[in-house]
Amino acid sequence: MSLLEVTGLRVEYRTAAGPLHALDGVDVRVEPGEVVAVVGESGSGKSTLAHAIIGLLPANGRVTAGSVLLGGEETTGLSEKALRLVRGRRAGLVPQDPTVSLNPVQRVGVQVGEALRVHGLADRRSAAVRAVELLERAGLPDPAVRARQYPHELSGGMRQRVLIAIAIAAEPALIIADEPTSALDATVQRRILDHLEGLVRGTGTGMLLVTHDLGVAADRADRLVVMSGGRVVETGRTADVLAGPRERYTRDLVSAAPGLHQVVRENPHRDVDTHAEPLVEVRDLVKEFRLPGGGTLRAVDGVSFDIAPGETLGLVGESGSGKSTTARLVLRMDDPTSGEVRFDGTDITGLRGKAWRELRRRAQLVYQNPYASLDPRFSVEEVVAEPLRAFKVGDARARRARAAELVDRVALPASVLDRRPVELSGGQRQRIAIARALALSPDLVVCDEPVSALDVSVQAQVLELLTELQADAGLTYLFISHDLAVVRSIAHRVGVMAQGRLVELAPTAQLFDAPQQDYTRELLAAIAGRRSRETV
Amino acid sequence: MTNPTARYLLRRVGLAVGVLWAAYTVSYVVLYLLPGDAVETMASGGLDGEPLGPAEMAALRARYGLDQPILVQYGKALWAALGGDFGVSVQNGQDVLSAMGDALPSTLALAGTALVLAVLLGTGLAIVATCTRSRWLRQALLSLPSLAVSLPVFLIGLLLVQAFSFGLGWFPSVGAKGPSALVLPAVTLALPLGAQVAQVLAASLDRALDEPYVTTARAKGVGRVGIHLGHALRNAALPALTVVGLLVGQLLAGTVVVETVFTRPGIGRLTVSAVSYQDIPLVQGIVVFAAAVFVAANLLVDLVYPLLDPRIAQGATR
Amino acid sequence: MTELLIHETAARPTTATVSPTREPRAVRLRRAGRFALTRPGLVLSSLVVVLVVVSAFAPGLLAPADPLLGVPADKLQAPSAAHWFGTDYLGRDLYTRVVHGAALSLQATVIAVAVALVLGGLIGLLAGFVGRWVDEALMRFVDVLLAIPPLLLSLALITALGYGTLNIALAVGVASASSFARVMRSETMRVRRSTYVEAARSVGTRWWVSLARHVLPNAARPVLVLAVLEFGLAVLAVSSLSFLGYGVPPPAPEWGGLVAEGRNYLATSWWVCTMPGLTIAATVLAVNRISRALDGEWGRSR
Repeated sequence: MSLLEVTGLRVEYRTAAGPLHALDGVDVRVEPGEVVAVVGESGSGKSTLAHAIIGLLPANGRVTAGSVLLGGEETTGLSEKALRLVRGRRAGLVPQDPTVSLNPVQRVGVQVGEALRVHGLADRRSAAVRAVELLERAGLPDPAVRARQYPHELSGGMRQRVLIAIAIAAEPALIIADEPTSALDATVQRRILDHLEGLVRGTGTGMLLVTHDLGVAADRADRLVVMSGGRVVETGRTADVLAGPRERYTRDLVSAAPGLHQVVRENPHRDVDTHAEPLVEVRDLVKEFRLPGGGTLRAVDGVSFDIAPGETLGLVGESGSGKSTTARLVLRMDDPTSGEVRFDGTDITGLRGKAWRELRRRAQLVYQNPYASLDPRFSVEEVVAEPLRAFKVGDARARRARAAELVDRVALPASVLDRRPVELSGGQRQRIAIARALALSPDLVVCDEPVSALDVSVQAQVLELLTELQADAGLTYLFISHDLAVVRSIAHRVGVMAQGRLVELAPTAQLFDAPQQDYTRELLAAIAGRRSRETV
Repeated sequence: MTNPTARYLLRRVGLAVGVLWAAYTVSYVVLYLLPGDAVETMASGGLDGEPLGPAEMAALRARYGLDQPILVQYGKALWAALGGDFGVSVQNGQDVLSAMGDALPSTLALAGTALVLAVLLGTGLAIVATCTRSRWLRQALLSLPSLAVSLPVFLIGLLLVQAFSFGLGWFPSVGAKGPSALVLPAVTLALPLGAQVAQVLAASLDRALDEPYVTTARAKGVGRVGIHLGHALRNAALPALTVVGLLVGQLLAGTVVVETVFTRPGIGRLTVSAVSYQDIPLVQGIVVFAAAVFVAANLLVDLVYPLLDPRIAQGATR
Repeated sequence: MTELLIHETAARPTTATVSPTREPRAVRLRRAGRFALTRPGLVLSSLVVVLVVVSAFAPGLLAPADPLLGVPADKLQAPSAAHWFGTDYLGRDLYTRVVHGAALSLQATVIAVAVALVLGGLIGLLAGFVGRWVDEALMRFVDVLLAIPPLLLSLALITALGYGTLNIALAVGVASASSFARVMRSETMRVRRSTYVEAARSVGTRWWVSLARHVLPNAARPVLVLAVLEFGLAVLAVSSLSFLGYGVPPPAPEWGGLVAEGRNYLATSWWVCTMPGLTIAATVLAVNRISRALDGEWGRSR
């Protein structure tokens, strides 16, 4: 008997625009001791599937057809009361975002113990003891101390371990992990997934791993279920699917997943004259922030590097490593505490007023979140033409013509000019943001995590666009990312940042193939998809 | 000063004292400087009374030190106020503080009862409305508060009097004799306030129930009531508590209208007559008193906050 | 590349159709019609507001009689076909008095909201946009205003300024400026700190241009919604003050004053204070309903 057997499951959401079919006849099976990964981009219905299995659909969602057999028993159509006996006891859920998934005003030990107490597996006193054991099993250091703390006192990774402890508390036969580590840094992500996998494999429990990251799925799963538009597009053994995807959608997904390939795309614009006068010179850059409780934080700590004209320098690091602050300092969007930034030979560290505005013509920024960086009230034309307006370039007609040209350069149809940002997809918005950055024909474009808010297939397109634009216009990029695989596909040289310092800086191939520093090696080891590449 | 909780408390107390001082100053500016000549205003005997003669006016001016430069006047007045001396009432020469002291007990009984009633009504309604599975009941319950906040307080009072005094004859329509005379005024005062508590609490309960940690709890197998009372309520109580603090100000203002409607003695009636006689010292005394009550209530809320939310106790930002 | 683009838009079919600038008139009208039909309360509320506004500007249209003329023989008559709201102790038609009273009450309310909006809006904009010590100083001042209950602050202002509709309006306006200041400040800060304003700065837009083109338009909407909500509160505050007797002296009609006049006849003639009171309540309910619709229903239904 299968642990989980979903057949022909359909789920519908009531929305203002009419019913939305989130799941459209989905079949999934999980055997005891097996890890099955459900992979898909946002909106593919994978999270809906995870929630539907234990009857946790939002109020406007309902199952319209199909069946879910959990350990041979039907769970669709069960009353709320009957479902309570299933949740936690028969199937445990590891939710998506650890930072918000724990009750902020309750001690974590109590929250873990509650998972036992609701199923009558412990009383108040024994629950407290068992909670500490469970936290230890979930790999939390000092579990007895942690159990008495509140969620905000724990890091994101620790909170995810607490959530894992909750999920395994009542010893369910199935663990449903819904994007369990997407909100965490790569190295933490790897440690937690290792631990979760160990727990599952050691006990014969089954796991349904829902993820947007094909690399993560490839590393962990026995079988893959690829979803798109509420349907299962392809399913099979992980190795088979990766080696020979049958469906076009899966092929796109596999080829777009940065971690799965030794070299995603050779950078077509390899030759950079590194002996030329550098466009940007950064020397001993330091930025300190005053902390609210007194004391200072050194966000950037003595960073030095050059960027040659036409070069792409990648800066990678985990959150808090100081890479974004460095980018802002290079653009003079912030004042450095000490150190120097030279742009095309001129020191811009103390630039103010008119000279500062002139710099804006030559150095531009593309933001991480294309949803936030465009004024929602503006039309696309107004967004793209804003820099021209600011510098009074041409009249209204000329600006409109230039906007049309720029939109065309980022491969969007002219019809988007009259649209508003809300009507566009994330990838389209990021193209608009790039078009705006190019409006004044700058020399340097700083890209701060330009693709991390986008789906993988869209990521690949935007990266390609950036590469093309560089070849056409001889742009210089400073490319910030937490994602090593992304940086690898675009940068000529890569710098690794940690705790405000530049740990290592080397040509891309050299950094990836022969890393000099331990920290770089650890980062490289954490790239999802690496393990499967070695075994496939 | 390493203890963040102590630092938090000290900061709050400091702020409260500052606000109180500023409230005194604002009321001083409004009442003594805005009219041009405060003595003339007071000496006119209010808007309905007999004007005073020039000799009496000069005496008044000297009594209040109004022949001195403004800053000196202000400094002296502030110093006196710190010692509890807000001057004497123009109406009958009674000391402002003792006039307010006489009126206070009756108003305290009214406002206290109303506050308790408002919190109970509001909390009960919000919990039932968000907990019920019947969409119809939920809609009906949630439309009550928006109705109650749209009614003028005096109309609520007059309608209650019509129904329960003249119609059913259960409670007296005027006066302050015995607990039965407290019922209608307290209900009148409590209804709009309770409605606001209900609105805020229901909204924050709904928000809390949408939080991912509720999904976590549901995935453990916790039931509906357990989630409501064990997880959502404590998180939702924080914004509601802030509102209760703010409502204390409205409570005092409400007594002005309610005590007039029910012809009940108290601070509210005192205010009305003080304004009618343009009794500036008394009006200022009442305004500063109201600000003090408001500040104290909110200080209390700030002190309770860390008990409910550990994130604040540890000095973390909300 | 084009193929993938199509894929992108196809994945979000709903977004492609929502284009406010390009929508044909007929579609817009139909949607507005559907919106109204599913919300009878909103339609009724709009009707009430229209009636109140007509009463304020052209009371003769709704009630041609003289509001000050009493027929002593008809005094204290219950509501009937001849006197919809009944008559008062001098035999004056209450309906006529309520309609004619709208002018003064509404005038006071509009002035109060305008004063609060301009005063509070400016304070909030300044605090939110300049930040630092300006923000700190202005917001401490607003905290102080908030600490004094609005009604008592109004009463203090009336003590200083004297009676009258205009003074009531000013007093209510100043007393409610603080909530506008708070909302305006937080909205301004939200917009000012948003990435798109920084993006505008980083392409070289000057600060005053970004204030006018980005910050004000994006921050204004919640403030205007608050203005409508505050309108309801101002009706209540103004009528409370006139109920307490600080408005126009009799015999001129004013809503709060009409209720106060009726108090003496409460035991025998319920309508004298109830009918004007319910008029106030209906107006406030209607305004609140409309502000709720502005606050999101319309936007969400699209």
